[in-house]
Amino acid sequence: MKQITARIAWSLGLILAVIVMCFTLIHLAPGDVAIVIAGDSGAGDPEVIAEIREDLGLDQPFVVQLGGYVGDVAQGDLGTSYRFNEPVTDLITTRLWPTFLLVGTAVSFAIVLGVLVGVFTARRPENPISHGVTVFSLTGYSMPVFWTGLMLVIMFASNVRWFPVSGMRDVRLDGNWLEEWIDIAHHLVLPSITLGVIYLAQYSRLSRASMLEVLQSDYVRTARAKGLAERRVVYKHALRNAVIPVVTVAGLQFGQMLSGALLVETVFNWPGLGRLASDSVFQRDAPVLLGILICSASLVVIINILTDLVYRLIDPRIRVGGAS
Amino acid sequence: MRKRLLALLAILLSFAMLAAACGDDDSAGDAGDDTATEDDSGDDMADDDEPAEDDDESTADMSDVAEEAEDSDAGDSGAVDSGPVAGGTLLIQSTQVPRHLNGTVQSGYATAVPGTQLNASPLLFDENFQPQPYLAESWDISDDGLTVTLNLVQDAVFHDGEAITSADVKFSLETSQANHPFKTMFAAVASVDTPDDHTVVINLSEPHPAILLAMSPGLLPVIPEHVYNDGQPIKEHPCNSGTDCFVGSGPFTLVEYEAGSIIRMQAFEDFFIPERPYLDEIIIEIVPDAASIVIGLENGDTDLSATLGGAANVVRLQENDDVIVTADGHAAVGPVQWLEFNLADPALSDVVVRQAIADAIDREFISDVLDLGTTFPATTGIHPGSPFHNPDTEHYGAGIEAAQARLADAGIDPSSISLAIDYIPVSGSQLAYAEYIVQQLQDVGFDAEVNTTPDFPSWAGRVAAGEHQMTINNVWNWGDPVIGVHRTYLSTNNVGVIWTNNTGYNNPDVDALLASAGAEFDFDTRVDLYGQAQETINQDVPMVYLNTPPFWQAFQPRVQNPPIGIWGQLGPMHDVWLAAE
Repeated sequence: MKQITARIAWSLGLILAVIVMCFTLIHLAPGDVAIVIAGDSGAGDPEVIAEIREDLGLDQPFVVQLGGYVGDVAQGDLGTSYRFNEPVTDLITTRLWPTFLLVGTAVSFAIVLGVLVGVFTARRPENPISHGVTVFSLTGYSMPVFWTGLMLVIMFASNVRWFPVSGMRDVRLDGNWLEEWIDIAHHLVLPSITLGVIYLAQYSRLSRASMLEVLQSDYVRTARAKGLAERRVVYKHALRNAVIPVVTVAGLQFGQMLSGALLVETVFNWPGLGRLASDSVFQRDAPVLLGILICSASLVVIINILTDLVYRLIDPRIRVGGAS
Repeated sequence: MRKRLLALLAILLSFAMLAAACGDDDSAGDAGDDTATEDDSGDDMADDDEPAEDDDESTADMSDVAEEAEDSDAGDSGAVDSGPVAGGTLLIQSTQVPRHLNGTVQSGYATAVPGTQLNASPLLFDENFQPQPYLAESWDISDDGLTVTLNLVQDAVFHDGEAITSADVKFSLETSQANHPFKTMFAAVASVDTPDDHTVVINLSEPHPAILLAMSPGLLPVIPEHVYNDGQPIKEHPCNSGTDCFVGSGPFTLVEYEAGSIIRMQAFEDFFIPERPYLDEIIIEIVPDAASIVIGLENGDTDLSATLGGAANVVRLQENDDVIVTADGHAAVGPVQWLEFNLADPALSDVVVRQAIADAIDREFISDVLDLGTTFPATTGIHPGSPFHNPDTEHYGAGIEAAQARLADAGIDPSSISLAIDYIPVSGSQLAYAEYIVQQLQDVGFDAEVNTTPDFPSWAGRVAAGEHQMTINNVWNWGDPVIGVHRTYLSTNNVGVIWTNNTGYNNPDVDALLASAGAEFDFDTRVDLYGQAQETINQDVPMVYLNTPPFWQAFQPRVQNPPIGIWGQLGPMHDVWLAAE
């Protein structure tokens, strides 16, 4: 418990550092958001640009802007989007769950399938199917995520039209909640496969290597010697240890997966944080970008803390070590 | 045996997937193109652009395209025997994201498309740029041009049932005058009187003919005073996009607004034009990737879009018989792309150098080859669709040898001059233009190169600060030249801000001509004055006009009365209807 508390304290410091660093970097970047906003308006009027700067507080000294921002964040106020003219917290809240849905589905798909594939190939390393699965997963791993997405769109949305091209829902659908969820699930298939396929390869390779090692362990030999069924040996005794590296990597990769979500959400017009971040970068929408970075950093921190907790649940040695 | 069968199945599955991926080479190739040119639409929309060139030629080109479009579409519209049918949902997809929906304080394409469905304006405009009744059933301009009187329709109401009165028009105009980015639209308005609920008298400090066009749907939406005049800052007013309190005057009401994703609007039953709108609902879905929009159009899922991305997307859709593609419409928006010079640069301050550069550029090549025929050559800064466009100006483009001869006659050695061309970095097509022009300039003998900036704000900052030598730009006319054209030529408007007089051009004759034209109510005299200004500007060559990129629109054949007026999708769609499948 003490360790967890210490980690949370460190994490708060880390998030503060992220805020200061990102705020500084964004403000050091060349270009002027007032020009972007005026540009969208088709107006090149100095009076208009001065008004925009004043409205957004950009005419204040940098330190004043930074101090004000940190103070606002401490009170839970992430500011107002330059671009959408709405509170950043509202925008992020709206976009958070689509991203969770996408990343969660992709992670689940990658972990479950990756581990199953890893176990299968570890148990039958010379099986042709094992080789085929390995080639398939490595191919998925080698392809850039945006390319994979486009290929899936061409194959399954444009050519055979099994799945929608983009979006999270059919905007014309007027159905009950079940029909709406089925519609969302239908829209979720291609983006989650696109995002998950990269991690599928990693998790399958990782769990395969881990499983091969664990299956050579003394305790596994002991379990077999006791006469336990092979299935029980593998899935109850060996898998529990073999899956630890996968959990570790999955936790560490959560931030990476958010980055991947940015590309996938853009390709599939998925209305999540990634797309919002992408739009914000090009529009110099600093409050939204900072809000997303803070949110992302917080999520990574939380996921890593949760990863520690999961370790303790699945590996008694860590519990014991932690206690001692 | 079982293992072999499984292996065989795996191999067959792999082949099947490979075949599916390769089965449609066109689609695959196009998808790549779409992605590569996706940014083009973004820049096209975000900035400003369009053309005039050998006027005759460009006009001919546009007519050809229009005819071609009409031919290919003839099946669609012509196949419908019945009259307008009420009902249905029109799904528009767009790459453009509005900040909010209140057009009195926010201009731009993204706001105007939904904004003109939600709010009506005093006037509409026909294809000849002539005003037509809308909220104002008639209007009158005094002989001295200093008073404009609007007579409003009697039975118009806002979406909350409150009557639309002259006080609302006055409030809207004064709000726009104080807050809209286009300061020139209502700068001449001295006061607004409301002698009764249905009469508006606009008093001008000087004759200002642009005021009529400034009362277009996208420029002067009539908003309810009883909602917005509550003491809250109008630019941040929650009712600018809040579905719980947005009250409009237009043919559709706002029922759903999710920032950056979706705008859903339903027909307003008490709209003041009887039996309009035809549609039950318009949905605008924001889709950042133009390639996805193109696939949606091909699949028949998307009804209408004017943000198609680059030339490859347009050509791809033109080849699809199931989709109608047209360059018609949006003439008032009037985008013009040009290569502009920083006249403070020592080399470029010499008009002979600028004329030689203009000679070296082949507009036809740019439009026909680089843009695959999807843009039309431009020869002045006023869009060829505008009645003020002058087709009879000096066009240049005589070729490399003519450019070399011009420089030799003036005793200028091009090899002693280094030139760099900037471009709006979100535009893939502008990069191609820049690379082509560099090649041409090198052939003339200049030392030329492309200068790339990382993103739009960086480019805008560099150009606004005058740190560039030359840049390709994209500027919109916005209807009347007073609004969108004067700003880039008036010597008094060299103010260090993008889309002003960034060239540093200073010609008192042009200043005087523009001032006269901007205050002249006689149409023919205005045409003559703007014609003279264009001639003079083209002699001075502060910029080389390249082309006008039309707002290519694609729509399903079932879409009838598509928005192809001078404002295109920046106008109300109460006449649009959907034919039965």
